[in-house]
Amino acid sequence: MHPASLPAPARLAALTAMLALLPLAAAGDFLPAIVYDFGGKFDRSFNQSASEGAERFKKETGIAFREFEITNAAQREQVMTQFARRGVAIIVAVGFTQASAVEKVAKEFPAVKFTIIDGTVDLPNVQSVNFREQESSFLCGMLAALASKTGRVGFVGGMDIPLIRKFALGYRAGAQYVNPGIEVFENMTGTTPAAWGDPTKGAELARSQFGRGADVIFHAAGATGIGVMQAARDEGRFSIGCDSNQNYLHPGSVLTSAVKRVDVAVYRAFMDAKNGTWQAGPLFLGLAENGVDWALDEHNRPLVTPEMEQRVNQARADIISGKVKVPEYRAP
Amino acid sequence: METYTLIVLLLAATLRVATPLLLAALAGMFSERSGVIDLGLEGKMLGAAFAAAAVSAVTGSAWAGLAAGVLTSVALALLIGFACITHRGNQVVAAMAVNIMVAGLGPSLALAWFHLGGQTPQLDAPGQRFVEIVWPWAERARETPFPGLLYAELLSGHSLVVYLAAALVPAGAWVLYRTRFGLRLRAVGENPAAVDTAGISVNGLRYQAVLISGMLCGVAGTYLSTAASSGFVRDMTAGKGYLALAALIFGKWRPYPTLGACLLFAFTDALATRLQGVALPLVGVIPVQFILALPYVLTVLLLAGFVGKAVAPKAIGVPYAKEQ
Repeated sequence: MHPASLPAPARLAALTAMLALLPLAAAGDFLPAIVYDFGGKFDRSFNQSASEGAERFKKETGIAFREFEITNAAQREQVMTQFARRGVAIIVAVGFTQASAVEKVAKEFPAVKFTIIDGTVDLPNVQSVNFREQESSFLCGMLAALASKTGRVGFVGGMDIPLIRKFALGYRAGAQYVNPGIEVFENMTGTTPAAWGDPTKGAELARSQFGRGADVIFHAAGATGIGVMQAARDEGRFSIGCDSNQNYLHPGSVLTSAVKRVDVAVYRAFMDAKNGTWQAGPLFLGLAENGVDWALDEHNRPLVTPEMEQRVNQARADIISGKVKVPEYRAP
Repeated sequence: METYTLIVLLLAATLRVATPLLLAALAGMFSERSGVIDLGLEGKMLGAAFAAAAVSAVTGSAWAGLAAGVLTSVALALLIGFACITHRGNQVVAAMAVNIMVAGLGPSLALAWFHLGGQTPQLDAPGQRFVEIVWPWAERARETPFPGLLYAELLSGHSLVVYLAAALVPAGAWVLYRTRFGLRLRAVGENPAAVDTAGISVNGLRYQAVLISGMLCGVAGTYLSTAASSGFVRDMTAGKGYLALAALIFGKWRPYPTLGACLLFAFTDALATRLQGVALPLVGVIPVQFILALPYVLTVLLLAGFVGKAVAPKAIGVPYAKEQ
């Protein structure tokens, strides 16, 4: 948002915040900071969700926060060091690619709290937030199986890494929970980071699965998934979105989205740090913690029948209560 | 029966994947035949993909997008030309500079204009994309497997650009081998001094070649962002420019063999896409990593064993100076 579009007091606040980039924070002031990953805070996905969590914290507590959108990899370490040096209480780093920078800076500033989202750094002043993606994938797998008429559903992953295998395994388990005989096609786009940004390949993978009879495809492939969803719409089949709620992209064709509440993670980290309940170490957010979920809104409402909704919500409650166990992928 | 359907779908996918490769390879053919190395294919395509998606998103017209894509690519081509032809700079360095510049500039401009994390908006409205053209009776033909399915899947149901690329192969061959311009173009890539002695401008010819290359790359990039997918994302060419250059060398700088090379690359790519997770008779399911490496392995094998010697135009990469 451009500063000029804000109301006057907010504009003043924005200006002071900008000026305050120089000397900072009298001791005792609580000042949180957040470092976004590539894509920036308006990427309609991961980073945007993170920024919404930070904004919610600001709105509820009136405490301003620092933020930075990196534009090249070298900036991560620089900006974290700067924040730490200027007396920031907690730094939230969004995305697993920031792990090495967090590790380095956290060692240098043991008094500063760090929270890394979607990654793991094993240090006494780092909290590693990870999501139980398999749980939301499980629910999406159920919906796919319930919506499929051919008894065949598909999965398109981005880069072939354990995180994406986690999605695939949960999805397969969910689909088989509804229909044990269902066929699940699994494709990975590639083995390099380029696999996150190749929508043409994504569309081709989707078409190949459609050709083999799939009629619902779940993508966990970042921008590659845009191609998957486009192909599904072009062929009149269903797709399932990932990370943020993507139902609005192609209303009528996107069955649901496996949402990852990065905003919840950021909000929790800020709030806990402020209240003194922040703890280092691993933290897992699943359905029970509202960390992941399936998305139902006006865009996919007509596609989800009451029976489907009821069955999925039943399974959701069963997973939370522990009655249904979702298999978790472990790297071999 | 099912195998037959799969093969037809595989061939249809091959055509779609081959289209941007073929356009870029033909672009490279004109440029390299005139003696200018065309490493900038990647950057020109990416620039065109961005411009086409951005303009199509704003104006709502895929044709305006195409015009913007071609103009952008031509501008980049002329920039390389200015550095390499007029100022006799190193062709590889100039082209790589453009590739790197575009890779950064596209997402940066997209971020500044659209605030979508370096992407352009989704092209959703009718008219914003080059959609698939369904030929008459294609739906009814689908009911009879042979030759109906071939007609419905293989001939019908591609976007305009696919047909354009197919038509450009004979057209390119005709220009290169049957016209005066083509003769001079080939000559300037082999022996520019002789062309100069005949009173024809070497630089003028090379500029024309680079211009043609820019236009074709523009179409290729536009295809990527407005036909094959629906919008621009960071690095969406994903190495297709370099692959096209490999296809050109593979095809020995000739139109029809280059077409064959592009189809082969596209076929292995489409095959890799479809082999993932499929249990094959005797061998079972092949690991993903092997499948993904397959196109490259095949390329190395073919280049090493079957193609024979690829002889480049003699004057390629050498800037021409009248007096030395």
